[in-house]
Formats: sequence, C-alpha cells, structure tokens
Amino acid sequence: MTDQTPASAPHKRTIDAVNASLKRRRAKERRFRRLGAAAVALGLLFVALLFADIVGKGHTAFQQTYIKLPVVLERAQIDPEGSGSAEVIARANYLGIIRAALRAHFPEVTARRDKRALYQMVSVGAPQLLRDRVLADPALIGTTAEVWLLADDDIDMVVKGQIDRTLPESKRRVKDQTLGWIERLESEGRITKRFNTIFFTNGTSREPELAGIAGALAGSFYTLALTLLLSFPIGVGAAIYLEEFAPKNRWTDLIEVNINNLAAVPSIVFGLLGLAVFIGIFGVPRSTPLVAALVLTLMTLPTIIISSRAALKSVPPSIREAALGVGASSLQTQFHHVLPLALPGMLTGAIIGMAQALGETAPLLMIGMIAFIVDVPAGFTDPATVLPVQIFLWADSPERAFVERTSAAIMVLLAFLILMNLAAVLLRRRFERRW
Amino acid sequence: MNKTLVAAAVTLAAASLSSQAMARDSIYIVGSSTVFPFSTAVAETFGRNTDFATPKVESTGSGGGLKLFCAGVGVDHPDITNASRRMKASEFELCQEAGVEDITEVKIGYDGIAIANSREGERLDLSLRDIWLALAKDVPNEAGELVPNPYQTWNEVNPDLPEITIEVLGPPPTSGTRDAFVELAMEGGCKTYDFIKAMKQEDKSRYKAVCHGIREDGAYVEAGENDNLIVQKLVANPDALGIFGFSFLDQNADQVQGSKVDGVEPTFESIADGDYPVSRSLFFYVKNAHVGTIPGIAEFVAEFTGEQAWGPEGYLVDKGLIPLPEAMRAEVASAAQSFAPMSRP
Repeated sequence: MTDQTPASAPHKRTIDAVNASLKRRRAKERRFRRLGAAAVALGLLFVALLFADIVGKGHTAFQQTYIKLPVVLERAQIDPEGSGSAEVIARANYLGIIRAALRAHFPEVTARRDKRALYQMVSVGAPQLLRDRVLADPALIGTTAEVWLLADDDIDMVVKGQIDRTLPESKRRVKDQTLGWIERLESEGRITKRFNTIFFTNGTSREPELAGIAGALAGSFYTLALTLLLSFPIGVGAAIYLEEFAPKNRWTDLIEVNINNLAAVPSIVFGLLGLAVFIGIFGVPRSTPLVAALVLTLMTLPTIIISSRAALKSVPPSIREAALGVGASSLQTQFHHVLPLALPGMLTGAIIGMAQALGETAPLLMIGMIAFIVDVPAGFTDPATVLPVQIFLWADSPERAFVERTSAAIMVLLAFLILMNLAAVLLRRRFERRW
Repeated sequence: MNKTLVAAAVTLAAASLSSQAMARDSIYIVGSSTVFPFSTAVAETFGRNTDFATPKVESTGSGGGLKLFCAGVGVDHPDITNASRRMKASEFELCQEAGVEDITEVKIGYDGIAIANSREGERLDLSLRDIWLALAKDVPNEAGELVPNPYQTWNEVNPDLPEITIEVLGPPPTSGTRDAFVELAMEGGCKTYDFIKAMKQEDKSRYKAVCHGIREDGAYVEAGENDNLIVQKLVANPDALGIFGFSFLDQNADQVQGSKVDGVEPTFESIADGDYPVSRSLFFYVKNAHVGTIPGIAEFVAEFTGEQAWGPEGYLVDKGLIPLPEAMRAEVASAAQSFAPMSRP
C-alpha cells in the first residue's frame, strides 16, 4: 500500500493538474480576448470622438447666411447710356447700390456711426457677387430686384447661434443695435441659410464668409499629380532593379538599409533638404506645386519602393521560371509576366504613399507653402498652398467664423483620405491573386 | 528606368531655367505672423479693387522674413517683408552687403499683448512687477537674494490678488509674441527692483537671464503658437491666464477678459494712446529697387497707408490693428509713398 501511493499519485496529479489549470487557462484566454476587444473599442472611441468633434464644429460651415433686400438697380447708375456693354456694367458702383438698399430698408438709421454698423452687416464681397449677378442677367437693370446678399461673418455667427444673443452687450462682439436689425430681418423672413457654394468655389480670403478651399484643393491636386508622376516610375523602377536584377552584395544591402531608414525619417527633414537643394541650388520657385511635389516625391519614394518590392516578392518564382523556360529574356519575363502580377500591390503602396503626401504639412512649411494665396493656381509653377496647410492657416486666424471653416476643411481632407484608402482596399480585393 | 531619370532631370532643369527667366507680375511679401492678418487683408482688398494680381503673402516670422528680404535684389527675392519689431542693425548690414541698399520703413500701428482669463473668473489687476514675480525663474527673497521662484498662488505674489494657483498659458520661445511679452512685461517688472536695474550696467547677460528667464516648473505652460487654442483652454479652465495678441481678445470678447496691467485695461483706446504698457509697434519694409519693376508696389503701399485701411475706421481695425495717432499716420504715409530710404537703425 505504501509503495502504491507514490506510483498512482503522479498519474492522478497530471490529470488533476490539467483539469485544475484548464479553468485558469480558459480564463486567461478570455481575459486576453476582452483586453483585445477593449483596445479596439478604445481606438474606435477616440476615432468617434475626433469625428464627432470635427463634424460637430464643422457641419455649420456648409451653410451660409444671406440677407434678402429689395435692391434698386437703376439704369442711370449702372448703364447710363444703355450701351449694354459688359465693361460698363462691370464698372458700376455696386457698393453704393447695396448701401442705398440698406438705408432704404432701415430709414431710421441716420447717424454716421450707426450707418457704418449697418453697412457692415453685408459682406465686403457682396458688391462683386451682385455685379456678377447683373452681368449674368442684364435684364435686371432698371428694375427693383429682391436680391439675397451675402451676410458678414459676424451676422452669420449670430444667425447660426455661435454668438450667444442672451449675453450682456458688453460681452458680445455683435452689439444690441445690430442684433435688433437682425431680429427685424428674421421676423420679416429676410434672413436665410443656404448651401455654402462659396466654400467650394473660392480661394482663401481674410473674410471668413468669402473663404473657400478651391485654391487649396487645386494646389493639392497639382502637387499630388506631379508627385505620383515622379515617384511611381522612379519607385517601381528602383524596386524592380533591386529585387530582380541587382546582385546581392554589400552595396545593395547598404542601399536596402538606407531605404528602410529613409522611410522612418521625420518629414520635416525632407522639407529642409528641399529648401537647400531644390530652392537653394536649382532655383525652383518657392511655394509652387512643383517644389512641393519634388519634396513629397523624396518622402514617398521609400514607401513606394518598399511596397513594390514586397509585391514583387509575392509573385511565385515558378512564374519567372516558366517564362524563362519557354525562352523569354529576363526583361520580357519581368515586364510581361512578373510586373502585371505585382502591379496591384504596387498601386496599393502608391495610393497609400499619396494619401500620406496629401496629409503632409511639415516639409511644406519649409518651402514657402504657408502663404496667403487668393488666386486659384492654374499650373505647376503658380504660387499655391495645399489643403493641410490651409487648415493650419485657418486654425490660426482670429475670426470666430474660421473655427467652423477649419473643421469643414478637415472634413473635406478626411473625405479624400478615406476615398484614397478605400480605393487601395478595393484595388487589392479586385486584382490581388493568391497562390 | 533610365528614361524616367532623364525625364526627372529634364523637369528639374526646366524648372530652374523657367524660374530665372520668369518675370513676376505679383508682389511677393514675407514676414511676421503677427502682421500676416493685416498684410493679407490689404493684399486681398488690393487684388479686388485694382487690376493688379493679388500679392502672395508668406508667413515666415519676422526674423525669417528679413533674412529672405535681405538675400538680394531680383524677382526671386521678396519685395516687402513684415516685422513685429524694428529691423536690427545687423540685419540692415546684411541687406547692404547683398545689394539691398534703399529700404523704406513703414510703421503701420501697434499690437497689444493681452493677459486674459475666462469671463467666469475674476478680472485681475496686475502690475508689471506682479507678472514678473509670478513668472520669473528666479525672484528676490526678503534679503534681496535671487532664489528659485517659490510662488504658487497669485496672493503670495501680491496680497491684493485672489488666492488662485498661478497657471499661465503662453506662446513658446519661437514666437514673436513671446519675445515682445518678455521684453515689455517681464523686463518691465524686473527693472522695478533697483539692484537688478543696476545689474544692467555691470553684467548685461546676467541681467538678461534674470529678467527674461521664465520659470519651468509648470506654472507657465507653453501652449503652442495657436492663440485660438489658448482661448479655448482658458474657457475650459477659469483659473488659468493666457497670453496672446490683442486681436484674439477683441474677437473673443464674449469668452475672455483682459487683465488690467498697471491699472490699465487692454482696450483699443488705451493701446493707441500708449497707456497700456504691454504693446509693440508693427512694421513693413519695402525694397526700393523693386518699385517700378514689379508692378503694383507703389499702389500697394498707398493702399496699406490709406485711411480706408489703417485709419481708425479702416478695415484693418476690424482685423485688430491699433492705428497710429493721426499726425503720425500722415507723416509716415507721405514718407512711405515717396519711398524715402531709411537710415541705419
């Protein structure tokens, strides 16, 4: 008996130990799964918070306040000789016409100071918009038209509720007098909010109600187009050479290490390099899509080379061997067989690199892209700014109405980034082949 | 691959050629981020109301702007630079060496620096000495020796102030606002002590270290260059104070209030009169060699120095500029519009 106990005990103990630990091990796994799920949930929560904050602040910017006033478009003031020529009509004093309309609607305002406050209700861009309207429809001349005039940003903020009307006057930017006018116009149904087309068609402006992202979007477009044009062929070429043709020796190892290092270099370094080399030595003009594209090409090249090499690696050697076996040259093997199979992976890498370039600000600060440029750029050598830099500039503007416009511009940028990343995913799904 | 390399090289070469051959038809302005809002407002109005192209305005900071401006004469170099301080003698010499000989200096107005807190909190009445004592790295103790700043609440600095923790959000050292704040407020408070003032003659670098040194124990928080962010943080924390340009105080008057400094509230009038102690002058500099070559410079200067822009009822006032007194405006405008070159500062 005394001999038997030690013999059967270990056997029993193993199964007991397994049974006893089973619960603990399962609990461990459950714990790990829960932790993982919690990590994902936390990440999603932060993303949701970010989106909620941006959308919450920015959605109002897609609407803009307009004031409707009867505007007397006298022929004598606009086109006294009845010539109907666009040049004469364009030169008329539309500011005076709008001011007269304001005075006519608020005849009780007579003091000089009060009139000034009254005139400020309408945007400084309103005369130009009225001129465009009259030019487009000359039949309006000689009539009294009910015209929706673009409101000033302060009025816009009051109508949208961003400036609290219940605060005492001394703590408010918009004074009681102006508030009274706004309330009167509101009760007459002369104030409305419309879709803010200006935001998408104008370049930037110092007046929030006239500021738009068209200039920055065009700048981003030219920059990215040129970046893709430069970095994709160079990146793919380098990847094919390194992966398929280059001898494996110490030099190619060194190059590989350097490329991987470059991918991790802070982007501001590329900006400094661009400033010294492209602007300093080659004399490429500052603040143009051209110089921005050259800098961003340097920045995205490592990303494209690394992803292109990965795509080439994933093509099975049997394809190459089969091609070589039926007598194709190395070049033919690469370009007729390997490259088409690796292209979806390369394109995905390029799109991700482009998305990175679209959101990049730091290197562009060094090459003169933080600039105030009103005109929408029309080419690669026109002064331009890009979307993230425009956001940076607006975030720094004191006017309250720029807060919502900043968020709205971020929404547009995010939409483009999501679209590009979605395109990368779809491309991979559609064309990727698995062996 | 060879072809793409060649193509890239050709693009580069073409770009470098085109920029040298290309004449510029728009004015190119660089410089201070403080003057940026005013310069851009003038540029936009100028572009809208004349047949000239809208000038390109780049925000590089005062020092960076002067460096670019003084690099030389020619279409690749800026025509005008903005500065939130006067050009230094060293910068003037740099300009002279590069052949930028005649420069017109235009003083455009003042900018006040506000020390503000949330409307929820109590409005403080600070003296320059209070500000220095609360924010300096080393302060004198009773024996008149400099010791690391022991103050934690405002009433320890001055018994008349409320008992709230010292927490000041301000710009980082790279900012021009910070430079001006340090020079005007900190140094102003520091030299109210006679023994420190005497130090200026004996040991200038020590004087500078004592007067310009800001504490690093967390009471002064570097809140970044974005003044809007400081305003938002003040609203969230009523006990904190923030340092930023007057235009941000003016635009957010419903949320924040400016503390009195030496009994003077930061208002438009008090800064214009020079009563408010923490204010500085703003400038722009014009390269005379470019006038007449780059179209529109003379007209741009006329627009900037016109009453409709920089006058007390002009549009720059809406952007937060504090105008010069009337007599000075007339004097500066006539000197600017005749492009009288400045002498060595």
